[in-house]
Amino acid sequence: MLDRAAVLHVGRLARLQLNDTEVQRMAAELSKVLEHVEKIRELDLDGVPPTSHVVDVVNALRPDEPEPCLPRDVILEAAPEPVDGGFGVPSPGASGSAHE
Amino acid sequence: MSELIAMTGAEAAERVRAGEVDPRELFDAYRERAAADRLNAFTWVADGPPGLRPGAQAPLAGVPVAVKDLFCTEGVPSQAGSKILEGYRPPYTATVVQKLRDAGAPLLGKTNQDEFAMGSSSENSAFGPVLNPWDRARVPGGSSGGSAAAVAAGLAPWAIGTDTGGSIRQPAALCGIVGMKPTYGACSRYGMIAFASSLDQAGPLTRDVTDAALLLAQMVGHDRRDSTSVRFPAPIELPSAEHLRGIRLGVPEELIGGERDGAGIEPGVRKSFEAALRLAEGLGASVEPCRLPHAAHALSAYYLIAPAEASANLARFDGVRYGLRVEGDGDLESMYGATRSAGFGPEVKRRIMLGTYALSSGYYDAYYGTAQKVRTKIADDFRAVFERFDFVVTPTSPWTAFELGAKTDDPLAMYLNDFCTVPMPLAGIPAISIPCGLSDGLPVGFQLAGPAFSESRLLDAAYALERAIGFDGSAARQ
Repeated sequence: MLDRAAVLHVGRLARLQLNDTEVQRMAAELSKVLEHVEKIRELDLDGVPPTSHVVDVVNALRPDEPEPCLPRDVILEAAPEPVDGGFGVPSPGASGSAHE
Repeated sequence: MSELIAMTGAEAAERVRAGEVDPRELFDAYRERAAADRLNAFTWVADGPPGLRPGAQAPLAGVPVAVKDLFCTEGVPSQAGSKILEGYRPPYTATVVQKLRDAGAPLLGKTNQDEFAMGSSSENSAFGPVLNPWDRARVPGGSSGGSAAAVAAGLAPWAIGTDTGGSIRQPAALCGIVGMKPTYGACSRYGMIAFASSLDQAGPLTRDVTDAALLLAQMVGHDRRDSTSVRFPAPIELPSAEHLRGIRLGVPEELIGGERDGAGIEPGVRKSFEAALRLAEGLGASVEPCRLPHAAHALSAYYLIAPAEASANLARFDGVRYGLRVEGDGDLESMYGATRSAGFGPEVKRRIMLGTYALSSGYYDAYYGTAQKVRTKIADDFRAVFERFDFVVTPTSPWTAFELGAKTDDPLAMYLNDFCTVPMPLAGIPAISIPCGLSDGLPVGFQLAGPAFSESRLLDAAYALERAIGFDGSAARQ
């Protein structure tokens, strides 16, 4: 059901670089799982509303009052490349254009 | 074995309150055991007793707690079982861990788990598999396998974990302890490294039902840092029921039949489950079949919804703000790909792929949208059943603990482990697993599920049944 091209496409969407062995395994394993879960498409669900959240909650708003947050240097301690008080990243480069 | 270790959390707290046990001595006794852990249950153990003096009058009286790795704990490794977070020490602490600390339960250690809580065996950890204290050739269940094994083996008096599709209840069952998943929203998710946000809930793993009630009572409550958390309607009460008169237990044919989808319940598990039903009847409960017409489809809905949410949640691990970075070919996009490919294990990649596919253009309605409609039907099924029954009961897991490696090559077979535990989180309702006996020397779990916010009633029923069953877990505490 999921061929090599589909696996590579989804891998790109998910920002996962998959090697050949992984692509092969993924195609077989995901196809098997999808074959199982697809049974739900046989159910008659016309007019059934979707559930995204189980508890009845309305949007929770609080007064927008500034309060102290974690200091910048504490946050940056965990960063792989802190630069000038921010997060450093490699250049977007040639592949920076969105292709999906 | 030390007398200290033989006590439940509640007993230890009582002795501390009475001035008969020094909480520092108790902490040290457990710290030594946790540090000598041969089950790989811990990923980090506290160096020494905590600086703060645990107030003997605090509700948890200084009895230390083991915490699943994915709860952020300030300054302490919080790696969610993943290489992508190896060595990560967060600058803040999860709300439920803070609440337990405030209630007098200091942090004993962090427990091993399936990476990002994805798994049913605790074999998917970047830090190696956890072993089951009943038989070290077997898995402890998952994903909170480290917490379950630690409590069962007496390496911790009690522990907390998280449950998305069964990750507290199933390891509790496989390790012969009590595990409870509360109503969605009962406990704050702030500081829990997210797997599937509409399903994830924190809960206790304990030696008995009283301990579960004691811990849970300190965990629940609205947190302004988690807008999906709710004010729990009434305090969690300590259980005291001695009978089950008037309690109506429903046994759902769709989950117990088990032939469909090949999730067949092992004969030994069935036997133990049915013996517990007879004990429940002996305590005055009525036991009748009930119908949850869509429950057999819960697993399918779950394995679309949870991976879909996970694929979005795990997008944050990109080598920019924390955790692992692998440079790739020098540009940003290849850094993302290289980092994520090196940092995530096979099961996490599989779920991200599955979720990304289910959400991708052209498939969204067919997969994710359909799964959300099934979720509505499952919640409706439970509502209808709870008009006639107090609780729904099932075996927690169709199988007892299986051998390490037995299911790692077949993801679908592993997923089927969750057959009886996924319907409840999809409906947001609470459920508890208690040990109901042994099958070939391995523990069997009995699951009770109730309507939203029925925790106190559930704990009461589980308590009465626990006493009638009289399960002895001491064999696992060497």
